[in-house]
Amino acid sequence: MYRYDTYDQTLVDERVAQFRDQMARHLAGRLPEEEFRPLRLQNGLYIQKHAPMLRIAIPYGMLSSTQLRALGEITRRYDRGYGHFTTRQNLQLNWPALEDVPEILADLAKVQMHAIQTSGNCIRNTTSDQFAGIAKDEVEDPRPWCELIRQWSTLHPEFAFLPRKFKIAVSGAAEDRAAIQVHDIGLRLWHDSDGSLKVKVLAGGGLGRTPMIGDVVREDLPWQHLLTYLEACVRVYNQFGRRDNKFKARIKILVKALGIEEFRRRVDAEWAHLKDGPQTLTQEAVDAAREHFVEPERGDVSEQATAAFEALRAENRAFARFVTNNVTDHKVPGYKAVTLSLKRREHAPGDVTADQMDAVADLAERYSFGELRVTHEQNLVLSDVPVDQLEALWQELESLGMANPTVGTLNDIICCPGGDYCGLANAVSIPIAQALQERFEDLDFLYDLGPIDLNISGCMNACGHHHVGHIGILGVDKKGEEYYQISVGGNATDDASLGKILGPSFYREDVPGVIDKVLKVYVEQRHDDERFLDTYRRIGLKPFKERVYA
Amino acid sequence: MPDTQLEHAQTLIKLGQPEQDEWALSRIDDKLPERRPVIVPLALWQASDADPQLAPWLPSDTVIDDELAATLAKAPLVAIDFPAFTDGRGYSLARLLRERYGYQGEVRAIGDVLVDQLFYMSRCGFDALALREDQHLDDALRALGAFSVSYQPGVDSQEALFERRLREANGG
Ligand code: HEM
Ligand code: SF4
Repeated sequence: MYRYDTYDQTLVDERVAQFRDQMARHLAGRLPEEEFRPLRLQNGLYIQKHAPMLRIAIPYGMLSSTQLRALGEITRRYDRGYGHFTTRQNLQLNWPALEDVPEILADLAKVQMHAIQTSGNCIRNTTSDQFAGIAKDEVEDPRPWCELIRQWSTLHPEFAFLPRKFKIAVSGAAEDRAAIQVHDIGLRLWHDSDGSLKVKVLAGGGLGRTPMIGDVVREDLPWQHLLTYLEACVRVYNQFGRRDNKFKARIKILVKALGIEEFRRRVDAEWAHLKDGPQTLTQEAVDAAREHFVEPERGDVSEQATAAFEALRAENRAFARFVTNNVTDHKVPGYKAVTLSLKRREHAPGDVTADQMDAVADLAERYSFGELRVTHEQNLVLSDVPVDQLEALWQELESLGMANPTVGTLNDIICCPGGDYCGLANAVSIPIAQALQERFEDLDFLYDLGPIDLNISGCMNACGHHHVGHIGILGVDKKGEEYYQISVGGNATDDASLGKILGPSFYREDVPGVIDKVLKVYVEQRHDDERFLDTYRRIGLKPFKERVYA
Repeated sequence: MPDTQLEHAQTLIKLGQPEQDEWALSRIDDKLPERRPVIVPLALWQASDADPQLAPWLPSDTVIDDELAATLAKAPLVAIDFPAFTDGRGYSLARLLRERYGYQGEVRAIGDVLVDQLFYMSRCGFDALALREDQHLDDALRALGAFSVSYQPGVDSQEALFERRLREANGG
C-alpha cells in the first residue's frame, strides 16, 4: 500500500501544527465558532448530539495492521474504546474531547494517517473497490489512480471552499463495487480495443435529499489527462454551482440545471486550457504510483492444499457457509479474500472495539501480509489469504465474533449512526438494524432469500445509502414522532437505480413486520433463482404495496 | 462623496510582508469617489477614463473571458472580493487571471479575508491580502507559512509534487 515519503510526512505534520494553532486561537477567543467550523470540519471534526465526532480518513479503504493498532489505541486513550467504520470507508470516533483532537491528529500522523478533508465543502476521501488489486474481474488496479487523486485533492488551494462537499469514487473492474454512479464524480477505468487505458467520467450523481444517478461527461478520457480533467470539472462546479441554497449546492443540481451537454461544454472549454499543462500524467508518474501497490510475495499454494480445502468445504457445513458467503475468489489461484463481518446484533453495524482492532491487526499480519481494506458495506477485508489457512482464520474469526456467514445477505445491513449519535437525525437507525437482524437471523431463510442489500438512514441526508438499497429504510419525523419510510428497488452497482417509496410511513415497532411482508411477496413471486431486485423489476411496486397496506 | 464611505485596509500583506496601504476601496456602484488612488466596482472602472490611480474590484461571481481579461490587463491592480470567507470562487478567479491571462499587476484579496485562507490565496496568485480588520497580523504571517510542501502546482510553483519527485529521483 502507499507509504509516505518525507514530503507526505511533512505535509501531515504541518497540518497537525496548523490545526493546533487554529484550536488554540479558537479556545483563546480569537477564532469564533462560525469561522472555526469550516476549519475543524476539514479536519474531520463535527460537533454532534452528545459530543464531538472525529472522522478519520482511510484513503480508498486501505489500512495497514500498524495503522489499525494505532486506531485501537486512539479509541482507548481518547474515546470509549470503539470506532465506527462508515460507508465512505472511513473511521468515526463518537466521543473524543474537543481539546484532544490536535493530539489525536498528531498520533495519527505518526502512522501516516490524518483526518484531512473528511468533512466540509471540499473534495473528500476518494473511495474505491474493496477488492482492488485482487479481483478476478479487474481491468486496472484503481489504487494508484486513487492515490494520484488523493494527492491532487489534498489541500488543493483552489477548492477548499466549494459550494458543497465533493465525493469521488473509482472502479477498475467489470463489476462496479464502488457505487460510482451515485458520486459527485464517478470514474471507471477500462481498456479500449487497442488495450489502451481510458477513463469514463460520470458527474452529478449523489444521494442526500435529491438522489440522482450520475451522467456520463466523457466516455474515453485518455489516462494522461485524468488530473487536468478533474481540475476542469471541479473548477466549473466551483464557479457555477449554487451557493444561495445549501440544499441545492451539490454538483448534481448544477449538472441537471445546465443539462449534461452544457455542463460538458463548459468543462471542455475549461479543460482546453489545462490539457497538456502541469499535472498531465506520464507513464513514469503512473509507474511511480504503481510501485506502491506491488503484488505481495505470495508463496505457492500446493494442489494438495487446495484439494484439502475443497474437501473440508464439502464435509463441514459451517465452514462451507462461511466460504460461500464471506470468501471471495482471488485473481491468483490458491488465494482468497475474506470479508470480516462487522454485523452482529450486539453492536451497531460497522462498530469495532479496540480489542477487536488489535486482534484483527494480528490476523492481518498472520494471514494477509499485514494489510486490510474497509468496505463501503461497513465490513473489513483480508485480501490475500492462502486457501490452506482459511480454516484456521475462520476459527479465529469465530471467536472474535466476526465470522457471521451473512455477507451480502439481508443481515449485512448498511446503517448510519442515526438518532443515537447524530444531531441531524429524524429517527434512530441502529435499533432498527438490530431488530431486523434479530427477526431475520435464521441462516437458511437468509440464504434462501439470496443477495439483498438493506440500507438504513436516520434522515434524508442518506448517509446509510437507503436510496440504493434493494430495500431502503428512512427515518422521518412527523410532528416530533419517529416514523420510517420504506422503499424498494434501489441498487448501487452497474445498473444503478433509486428505490421507490412504498407509501405512508410506519411506526418503529412495525418495521420488521413490514419487511417480512415485502420478503414474502418476493418469495411467492420469484422465478427460480431470480434475485429480489430482478423480481421487483419484473413485477413492479404494486404487489408489494398491496400486501404491506392490506 | 465623503471619505467616511471609503474603506481602508488596516492591514495589508504584500508579498508576504505587512505594508502601509495607499489604496482606498469604494463599494458604491454609481459614483466615483474623489480620493485617489482608489479601488472601485468593476463596472464603474470600465466606464471611467484610463487613470493609473483607479483600479477595479471583481465580485466573486464574475466570469472572466478574453475580452474582460484584455481590459483588466491595463489595470494597475485587480482586487477580488470575498463576500463571505466560505465563497471560494475568488480562488478560481485569481488563478484564471494569473495563469490563463498572464496578468502581471497586483491581485488583491478584499472582503472576508481571514487568517486561515491566506496560504491558499497566495498559492492561487494573490500577492496582496487586505485582511479583515479584526484579524491579527502575527497570526496571519504565521498562517502564510503553514506548509512548506504542496502536492499540486499553483501560481507559486508550476510543478506538481509527483513531477518534482520524478525529477529528484532522476538526479534533476
Ligand atoms: C454523525 C454525523 C454525520 C453527519 C452530521 C452527516 C451529515 C451528512 C449530510 C448533511 C449529508 C447530506 C449531504 C448533501 O446531501 O449534500 C450526508 C450524506 C452522506 N453521508 Fe453523512 N453525516 C454523518 C455521518 C455519516 C456516517 C457515519 C457515514 C457513513 C456511515 C456517512 C456517510 C455519508 C454518505 C455516504 C452520504 C451520502 C452521499 C451523498 O451525499 O451523495 N455520514 N451526511
Ligand atoms: S443519515 Fe441523517 S441521521 Fe444518519 S448519520 Fe446522516 S445525517 Fe445523521
